[in-house]
Amino acid sequence: MARKTINIDYLARVEGEGGVKIIFEDRKVRDVELRIFEPPRFFEAFLRGRAYTEAPDITARICGICPVAYQMSAVHAMEDALGVTVSEPVRELRRLLYCGEWIESHVLHMYMLHAPDFLGYAGAVEMAKDHGDVVRQGLELKKIGNEILELLGGRAIHPVNVRVGGFYRTPTRRELRPLAENLKRARDIALATVRFVAGFDFPDCERDYEFVSLGAAGEYPFNAGHVVSNKGLDIAPQQYEAHFEESHVKRSNALHSHLKGRPYLTGPIARYSLNSTLLSPAARDAAKEAGLGPTCNNPFRSIVVRAVEVLYACDEALRIIDAYQEPDRPHLDLTPRAGVGCACTEAPRGMLYHRYRLDDQGTIVEAKIVPPTSQNQPSIEDDLKHFAGDWLDMPEEALRVRCEQTVRNHDPCISCATHFLTLEVVRG
Amino acid sequence: MAERLVVGIGNPDRGDDAVGRLVARALRGRVPADVRVVEQDGEATALLAELQSARNVWLIDAARSGAPAGTIRRIDCSVADAALPDGGVSSHGFGVAEAIGLARALGVLPGRCIVYAVEAAEFTVGAEPSQAVAVAVQEVVRRLLAEFPCHCEERSDAAIPSRLARQA
Repeated sequence: MARKTINIDYLARVEGEGGVKIIFEDRKVRDVELRIFEPPRFFEAFLRGRAYTEAPDITARICGICPVAYQMSAVHAMEDALGVTVSEPVRELRRLLYCGEWIESHVLHMYMLHAPDFLGYAGAVEMAKDHGDVVRQGLELKKIGNEILELLGGRAIHPVNVRVGGFYRTPTRRELRPLAENLKRARDIALATVRFVAGFDFPDCERDYEFVSLGAAGEYPFNAGHVVSNKGLDIAPQQYEAHFEESHVKRSNALHSHLKGRPYLTGPIARYSLNSTLLSPAARDAAKEAGLGPTCNNPFRSIVVRAVEVLYACDEALRIIDAYQEPDRPHLDLTPRAGVGCACTEAPRGMLYHRYRLDDQGTIVEAKIVPPTSQNQPSIEDDLKHFAGDWLDMPEEALRVRCEQTVRNHDPCISCATHFLTLEVVRG
Repeated sequence: MAERLVVGIGNPDRGDDAVGRLVARALRGRVPADVRVVEQDGEATALLAELQSARNVWLIDAARSGAPAGTIRRIDCSVADAALPDGGVSSHGFGVAEAIGLARALGVLPGRCIVYAVEAAEFTVGAEPSQAVAVAVQEVVRRLLAEFPCHCEERSDAAIPSRLARQA
């Protein structure tokens, strides 16, 4: 019985500390273990006993790459608990903030972490020696994402201007104008990026995923809508825990998540496959030109979908800035009350779920956060189970790189995902 | 473009990884007026932007090489092939070494780029820096202040006190 093991102790070019072990037997994949050994971070416990007003600033600290999704999920959940809805201009500004985060995060992943896989380099530094113009283009594009976050959020990482009920300060139309100029240039680069990544060689790997994302909101999803899937799921975020279940597996400090016992996938190709008709016309055209159909079942093409989403984010940001009307008040004045609030929003790497229970003073009694990487772990393992058997004839190093790339397809953010606490009780 | 820039790198909430930031904070108000002091988390693209903003740059970061905690190394990255030890807790494994590598590959590395790497041992979330690293912070501050003559000079070893040049 021929047995072969590929052991990647430390995954490179992913956020956080994890590894992968793949065991082949008789030319088939017998087992895959995505191991996440980044230490747990206990954010849900940190939140207990804190005021509801503190949640945006605490949860933003969960991730340096996608702080907006964390703090925005928190504010939406708090507003759900308090029974309030923000004004349309505030909602639009929140979408603008998401545009900034998606541009920042997707561009970092595409250009610095994922493109080297397709172009045959160990990393972005090696790639930059031969493709300096490409790297410069990526840096310029990422910069506009940073600018949006700095203007709206107060700074590019861990924004401080977001609060439950709105913003501490909202920008004037005049303040947004320079962003629009830079976004027009970014839009051109984003289109060039779609064309650039569409030219990569993609392994012929498709799977019948159960895609899950926000949808049914009449807009490409950032922070509104139902939780939908391509297999018939259509629920309000408040029903999330009746359908999705987290469980602990020994190999991971991040909880695995299943939908009624089934693995599922969140993230760019899920969002795209469930909402591609809602992209801006230019993004839809670019996707078509890049060879994408209305859905995408090849995870290696996720880099193309990210590029399309960056183009959409530029278009959407320009639309929001053009239509922006300064709100009468930057935020609602809120009165705390006891209650439970839930929200799902779309982080760049997938859907994020928050639930909070507040007491009558607005103190957080219970918090639950389900990050996208936690949800995608079973599907990442299943990708390797499905695909890697066909790669056994590859040279050893190429096989290792291909397996790592298969994980990187989903841009896992391991640091975000690790919040599980193993509690061992020894009774004497 | 600024003349001189100090970048203190790290996560203030992960024990010894805060070393760069602690040095930056200790330097504030004690450096010549043309020395800009900033703190960063070490994300490579943001750091790359800072590297392009000054002619002379000093970076302070945590390192993991197996040396005793608090060990200070001064690495002149203006020299081709200068080897950097593994850094602290960088995002996506994409941190200081990658920023310097990208700057070099893109031809935008400052004329002088010095890294002070302080060996770290404690990266626990919420932990205080270890005693050894707290002592090293003071020593790095002392050495950096010795590196800043009143007027910035062209890059030359003469600008670096001989004791430091020997250590480098």
